[in-house]
Order: sequence, then C-alpha cells, then structure tokens
Amino acid sequence: MAEFLQLVFSGLTVGAVYALVALGFTLIYNASDVINFAQGDFVMIGGMGTVFLTAAGLALPVAAFIAIVAAVMVGLALHRFAIQPARGASPVALIMITIGASIFIRGVAQIVFDKQFHSLPAFSGSDPIHLGGATILPQSLWVMGGALVVVAGLYAFLEHTLLGKAVLATAANRLAARLVGINVTVILALAFGVSAAIGAVAGILVTPITLTRFDVGTLFALKGFAAAMLGGMGNPLGAVVGGLLIGLLETFGAGYLSSTYKDAVAFVAILLVLLFMPRGLFGGRSVERV
Amino acid sequence: MLVALLRSRLAALLLLAAIMALFPLIAPSAFYLRVAALVWIFALAALGLTILMGYAGQVSLGHAGFLGLGAYGVAIGPAHLGLPPLLSLVLAAALAGLIAYLVGRPILRLKGYYLAIATLGFGMILALVFNSESAVTGGPDGMAVARMTVLGWRITGALNWYWVSAGALLVGAWLALNLQASPSGRALRALHDSEVAAAGVGVNVAAKKLSAFVIGAVYAAFAGGLLASLNGLITPEASSFMQSIELVAMVIIGGLGSVFGAVVGAAFLVVLPQALTAFQEYEQAVLGLLIMVFMIFLPDGIVPTIRRWLLERLS
Repeated sequence: MAEFLQLVFSGLTVGAVYALVALGFTLIYNASDVINFAQGDFVMIGGMGTVFLTAAGLALPVAAFIAIVAAVMVGLALHRFAIQPARGASPVALIMITIGASIFIRGVAQIVFDKQFHSLPAFSGSDPIHLGGATILPQSLWVMGGALVVVAGLYAFLEHTLLGKAVLATAANRLAARLVGINVTVILALAFGVSAAIGAVAGILVTPITLTRFDVGTLFALKGFAAAMLGGMGNPLGAVVGGLLIGLLETFGAGYLSSTYKDAVAFVAILLVLLFMPRGLFGGRSVERV
Repeated sequence: MLVALLRSRLAALLLLAAIMALFPLIAPSAFYLRVAALVWIFALAALGLTILMGYAGQVSLGHAGFLGLGAYGVAIGPAHLGLPPLLSLVLAAALAGLIAYLVGRPILRLKGYYLAIATLGFGMILALVFNSESAVTGGPDGMAVARMTVLGWRITGALNWYWVSAGALLVGAWLALNLQASPSGRALRALHDSEVAAAGVGVNVAAKKLSAFVIGAVYAAFAGGLLASLNGLITPEASSFMQSIELVAMVIIGGLGSVFGAVVGAAFLVVLPQALTAFQEYEQAVLGLLIMVFMIFLPDGIVPTIRRWLLERLS
C-alpha cells in the first residue's frame, strides 16, 4: 500500500508537468491548428534560464520571472518568424517547421548555455513529508500546486476575460472571429506567448527534481504531445487528464513492470487508446466533410 | 527534346546513373567516396518514405525504426545466429516488412496528427528495445557488424561500397519509378488527393496504404543493413527520433513525391554535417534553421521547384 501510494505521488508529480506541456500544445493547436513540437523547449528555457540567472547572483523569483519572459519572447518570435510566414502550409510541413524550430532552439541553447546537466535547489527544503506510509518531497507539492494554479488561472482567463473569450472564439471559428472584429493575428501570437509561459513555469518547477539540460525538451514535447493526444487533441480538460494519466502509467510501469521500458509503457498505452478510441479519451466524434 | 526528357520518368534515373558513374572520377579522396556511399544509402531509406509520404500521403515519424531493424538484423544474424550477412540482410528486410504489415494494419486507420503520434510511438518503442536489450544489441554502445560478403566476395574499401550502395539505390529508384507509373501508383496518388474519392472509384484504400507502408519499411530496412555493414558498427542512434526526423526532412527538402528529390534531400542532409565539422557547435542550430527556411520558403522542395522553373524557361 505504501509502495502504491509512493508511486501515485511520483506519478502525479511528473504527470503534472506533462499536463502543463500538453496544455501548451492544446492552446496553440486550438488557436492555430499547429502542433508545436518546440513546446518542450520552452520547458528547457524556463529551467536552464533560471539555473544560469540564479548562478549569476539573481534571487530565485527574479530569475524565474526573467526566464519566463525569455521563453515568451522565443514563443512570440516562433510565431512571427516561422508560423506566420508559412500560413496555409500542410500539417506535415507545419510539424516539420516546429521540429526545425525545436532543433534550432536546442542548438542555440547548447551555445548560449552549455552541455552539462544542471539543477536548482528545492524551493522549500528537501526534507520529505511522511504521508500514509509513503513520502513526498516538498518540491513535488510545488509542482502539483503550481500546475493547479496555472490550470485555474488559464480557466479564469479563458472563461472570464474578454481577451480569453476572444481566444476561445478564434479557436472555434477563425473566420467568424475575424468578422466580429477580433484581431486573429494578435490572438495567435497571444496563444504562443501564453503556451511558452506555461512551458517555462513547468520547467522551473520541475528542475529541482529532474535536472535540466539543453536537450531535455524533446522528451517533454513527446510526452506532452502524447498526453494531449490521449486526452483528445484540442480539449484542455483532456490535456490535463491525459498528462496525469501518462505520468501515472509511466511510474506504475517503472515500479511494477520494468524501469528500462518506462517510456515504452506510455507509448504502448497511447497506441492502444488511439486504436480503440481514435479521437482520444475526451475527443468528440469526427465527421469528415468531402 | 529537353522538355520531353524532363517530363519523362526515365530522366531522373538516367541523371542519377550519370552522376553515379562520373563522381568517382572527380572525387579527390576515399573520404568523398564514403560520404557519397552514405548519401546513396540514406537516399534509399528516403525513397521508401517517398513512396509512403509522397505517393500515398501518409506521414511516418518513426521510419528510422525500420532502418534500425535492418541494421540490427545484419549485426545480430552473423553474431548470434551464425547466419551469413547477406542472408541476414534479406531476412531483416522481410522481418521489417512483416512487422510493418502487422503494425500498419491498425495504425494506418488513423489520420494526420494521430497517425504521426502513432508512428512516432512505434519508432520510440523500437529504439528503446535496441537501447535496452544489451545482451543482444550491445545497448547504447551498439555492436560491431560482420563484413558483408556476396558469393564469397568480401566488400571492403570505399570504392567497392560506393558501387554496392549506388547499385542498390539505382535498383530502388527504378522500382519506385515503375511503381509510380503502375496502376498501384496511380491508386496511391488518388488516395493521396482524396481517400473518399479514391474509395469511390474502387480503390481498396486500406490495402493500398498498407502496401505503401510495407514497401517503405523494406526500403528502410535494406538501407539500414547497408549502413550497418558500411560502418562496421551500429548504435541505437540509427533508429532514434532525430533520425526519423532527418529522413522526413530529406523527403520534404528534396521534394515530396519526387524520386530524384529523395536523393537530393539525402545528399543535402548527409553532406551538411560533414561541411559543418569545423563549426560543430553550430551544427544543430544550422540544421534546425535550414529545415525551417526550406519548409517556409520552398515548401515544394528543391527538385520540383527547379523542374518547374526549367520547364517554364524551355517551353
């Protein structure tokens, strides 16, 4: 039982990070139909940026803030210089553009930063908290709490502000949104900026637990993408549930089956879900128009 | 005359054969021949993906998995099963085809992004197996590969490998061009444009997609086997996600659906890192930037763009 609980704790911790990455995917996908493979690199920028800024003597909150702003800048630049000029390209071309962007960001990061693994000190100590026979690190609570705050904040923004409703309107129907006077280009840029910020926050929260390096983005992107798919592409609730599920599956797979095939467990699960529910867990039925 | 040549499907084959025949005459050293052999091998793998992506319009982000299957087949056959390398290559390619058949049946029902993630997941699983089963595959360090022998002739040296890989590519290109012009090729292009319309005129969409997937897998496995034999060493890198991406980039940069485009794309992505060795730090950044620039400004790829330009000038 204690072991089970332990696995639940660590599963929810990584799951929360995947959920945030998946949420970033969803936001951009809804606004622009683009799958942004550079989403994982925002996580890297958040983590690496904070590591290097604190090493330069800045206080953690200041460093974290600057790192988030930097990620947002990169997100906006990605939209302005890579996505916007390629308007009307095929989905495969768009995938390749964002993968190219991801490789580019990684390449630049290994020059700007370095190729070493880095860590941050835990935000509030590293004495494990005992809970029902299992232990949980304070940093795990930071990750889960942070994810909760981001999800709640995003929900409030989308449902209760005019700008958020403009994002939803753009996601629902771009042409109709333009017709009622929404500046769609600004909304798309906003989606990229907010996604980048969410990714960076995830990176900052998780770095004390998992370490970070210039190339950690790839795996985060793949898992986050998988989580978004699992939940049903384009559904924010699905993204969060999908992220948590992938995190839990992975840790339970590692705990009870084999830790070498931890990543495979997640992908096998996705393959099965896609085969039996091709639209994901929360995806609507699709009607194909000819 | 020139216009007719540009339109004919033999033009690509003739041009390719001419380049293959002439290159050894101007190559300054064995190193250049080796790089050229790598280009032919990766072009063969890209050609398989061209059939899947360019003809049938189905994306695969896990195609390097099949490359790895062929490569490890050639490595494991002689090392653990005592099979001759050439037989191992053929068996590995057949196995890749069989796995593609079994996996493709359920996966190819998916479309667009869903197909992308499914193939990606499949490729990741294969890469993980190669990485983890150290007893058989040597784990992350990889394993040595026995010399390839054909009827008692041991293939060694850059020049021999150049001709072997060039021959393999030429056969592969010839088959791909024939497929393009066959009823099957037309059916594939029909379902590329509209699955519903293709089904409406009697194309068995599921079977045609599956056959394109299997053919693509066999091409990649053959290329992987040649790659492993040429290098004498194979590591899980050959089946990594990045390798899959590079294969897709070759196909798209060269020109989606163009046989000669696959060769140009492969040449581009194989030669680029060699040209950038002096700036190794910047290699990734440059690669990423180039992929982006090509996708944005030359979405049709190099070969179709040049061909259209030539046709306009000449006619």
